Amino acid sequence: MTSTFVEDARDATVEAPGGAPGNRRPLVRRVTDWLTAVSFTLPALILFGALVLAPIMYALYVSLFNWGGFGSPTDYTGLDNYSRLIKDPVFLGDLWRGLLLVGFSVLIQLPFALAMAVLLNQKLRGRAVYRMLFFAPYVLSEVITGVLFSMIFAPDDGLADKVLGAIGLDGLGGLWFADQSTVMPTLFLVMTWKYFGFHMMLYLAGLQGIPAELHEAARIDGANAWERFRYITLPLLGPTVRISAFLSVIGAIQLFDLVWVTSAGGPDHASETMAITLFQYGFKRYQIGYASALSIALFLISLVFAIAYQRFVLRRDTEGALTNMRATR
Amino acid sequence: MRATAPFTFSRRRFLGTASAAGLGAAALTACGGSDSDGGKDSSGRTVVEWWNIQTTEPSKSIWPERAKAFEAKNPKVRIKLVTLENDAYKSKMTALTSSGKLPDIYHTWGGGVLKQQIDAGLVEDLSEPVKTTLDTMVPASVKPYQFDGKTYAMPFDIGAVGFWYNKALFKKAGISAPPTTWDDYLDTVRKLKSAGITPIALAGKEKWPGMYFWSYLSMRIAGVDGMQKAADAKDFTGDDFVKAGEHLKELVALKPFQKGFLGAAYSTPNGEAATMGNGKAAMELMGQWAPVVQADAGKGIGKDLGFFSFPSVAGGQGAVTDVFGGGGGYAVRKGAPKAAVDFLNFFMTAESDRILVSKANMIPVVKDATSALTDPNLTAVSDMLGKSTGFQLYLDQAYPPAVGQEINDSTAALIAGSKSPEQVARSVTQVAKSQ
Repeated sequence: MTSTFVEDARDATVEAPGGAPGNRRPLVRRVTDWLTAVSFTLPALILFGALVLAPIMYALYVSLFNWGGFGSPTDYTGLDNYSRLIKDPVFLGDLWRGLLLVGFSVLIQLPFALAMAVLLNQKLRGRAVYRMLFFAPYVLSEVITGVLFSMIFAPDDGLADKVLGAIGLDGLGGLWFADQSTVMPTLFLVMTWKYFGFHMMLYLAGLQGIPAELHEAARIDGANAWERFRYITLPLLGPTVRISAFLSVIGAIQLFDLVWVTSAGGPDHASETMAITLFQYGFKRYQIGYASALSIALFLISLVFAIAYQRFVLRRDTEGALTNMRATR
Repeated sequence: MRATAPFTFSRRRFLGTASAAGLGAAALTACGGSDSDGGKDSSGRTVVEWWNIQTTEPSKSIWPERAKAFEAKNPKVRIKLVTLENDAYKSKMTALTSSGKLPDIYHTWGGGVLKQQIDAGLVEDLSEPVKTTLDTMVPASVKPYQFDGKTYAMPFDIGAVGFWYNKALFKKAGISAPPTTWDDYLDTVRKLKSAGITPIALAGKEKWPGMYFWSYLSMRIAGVDGMQKAADAKDFTGDDFVKAGEHLKELVALKPFQKGFLGAAYSTPNGEAATMGNGKAAMELMGQWAPVVQADAGKGIGKDLGFFSFPSVAGGQGAVTDVFGGGGGYAVRKGAPKAAVDFLNFFMTAESDRILVSKANMIPVVKDATSALTDPNLTAVSDMLGKSTGFQLYLDQAYPPAVGQEINDSTAALIAGSKSPEQVARSVTQVAKSQ
């Protein structure tokens, strides 16, 4: 009797923690599971490796050379390109201008897009037309946008100066893209024109997902329009705002086409972005080594921002999907 | 680049931008180009690939015609034309050059880029195979392709830069004759300004038109030999080059350029050429293609258009007859089929060049083809080239690309007022030394 009892007790203690059944699966089963997983992901991994990782690694390698793009790189210079980079006034200017564009995008363009979205979410005569009109610029290619606006903002002869002149506001017109001090505001104006419609669409989609009952309940409770926006719309739109801000920032960091067509980074580097500088060194000067160092810098800036943003800002939105598996356990 | 098919600048820029948008894409597609490798086609003919940038009429249709004419005489050869837009061509060539495999016959502007290809062992030495043809040519036209006494390309086009001016506006300002010295020139600018005329049209956005001023001033002060010495020593900090910058600064101080010139492109509807072509500015410093682009982007000023050489600078080593310019030529890759050279010899006979001159508006390269020239503007440039005592290739082509771009960039900064003449000389030298 006693012995049986003891045995039972021992069994009980062993079984008690209730091991996960998965750990007990036979080895063969686990190996085949792995093989299945690997064989399904391998094609994607190979593509990703060959088209994304390998070029990055190659750029990293080339960035250690003084190389003109002909033959194979031989003139190893270590981190020379990078130390040149952090002393290059054009690159430092690029960083400052990038920051400026990011700031402007997030603080002016997005709130404007949000306001328009909220407005066009109301029952408004012809709102479908407005939505389409505001979204239309986004459909245009950046190059066409650039060509269009370099004509509109041509000093004196352009549409902008003509219109301002016609309504007696000549003083507001000016050199637009042709002056160091006005080129960035002009550029930002065009960027806003082009991109706010896209963000507006994102917000509109987000707004459609907010149940009307919430607003109705709040209205019954006596909340005014601002309170309803502040405490219902904005929080529920949170995930959309966070994603749109992310896209906006990455877009501003990598801005190229629009600038290239309108001002080509000038006058005298006043509107140059990192991507423009990169292009100048890589494809105009053929200083591939230096250009690669620049591209790595651009990559790191984007990467650090993306990871930090994912980790700290998008965390709530992606919990369980992208982060660890804590949520699913 | 500028010399061959000038009226496409705006289109080039747009397309260039489009290709720029997909930097990687351009490089990737480059790898997928056809791989004839001087092979045979299905009917056993030797295939020679001929890469050119004649994307605009009339040369767009004359080029295939010339190829057909050659094929008719050489039934065993097929000339396969690959016609690319200017900027796309450049990016594709960059990719091809680093892969070490060039087209059988390809367009070149000579100078630094060609030199790099030669140094990489990719280009055939043409000195012997096309010698008899070269002997018939205007010496200045062959210069851009000669290194260490060897010739690496067959020229087919040549051009030069000088001042194009509006005779009516000069008259209006009471100027009787074009200036011949730099001091005269500054006076001319002052007179035009006080008559309420914009003296000079400049495409500040594109940088290279501004570079022409600095280059010509350097040439007039240091002389063509002095330029060569500086290039060899990779040192542009000498007094001559600082002086060139100072003279340019004198000009900029007069505020001679049109409103918004810093943002102006060259061939757009409100760019440099249009400003000149619509009679809104009195002068532009530009190559032989200027009249065509003026008429294309603007209205063109017809008979009012005149041409004069860049004025001399007091105390300078350079002669007023030294010419700054460039052209187009065809190089042959190392190991290309012999038919490639045969074709070039055929392409540049006097008879063939006369066709290029009369139909494709090129300036004659072969001396005997000069008679085919009828356009008075091109004749002025051709005469200047014929009488030239020295020839300097466009600096952005003569020097390695990085140096050329730095000259463009630094000159633009000087004109915008953010760099001093000394800083320009120092920046250029610094980049030259790093090459």
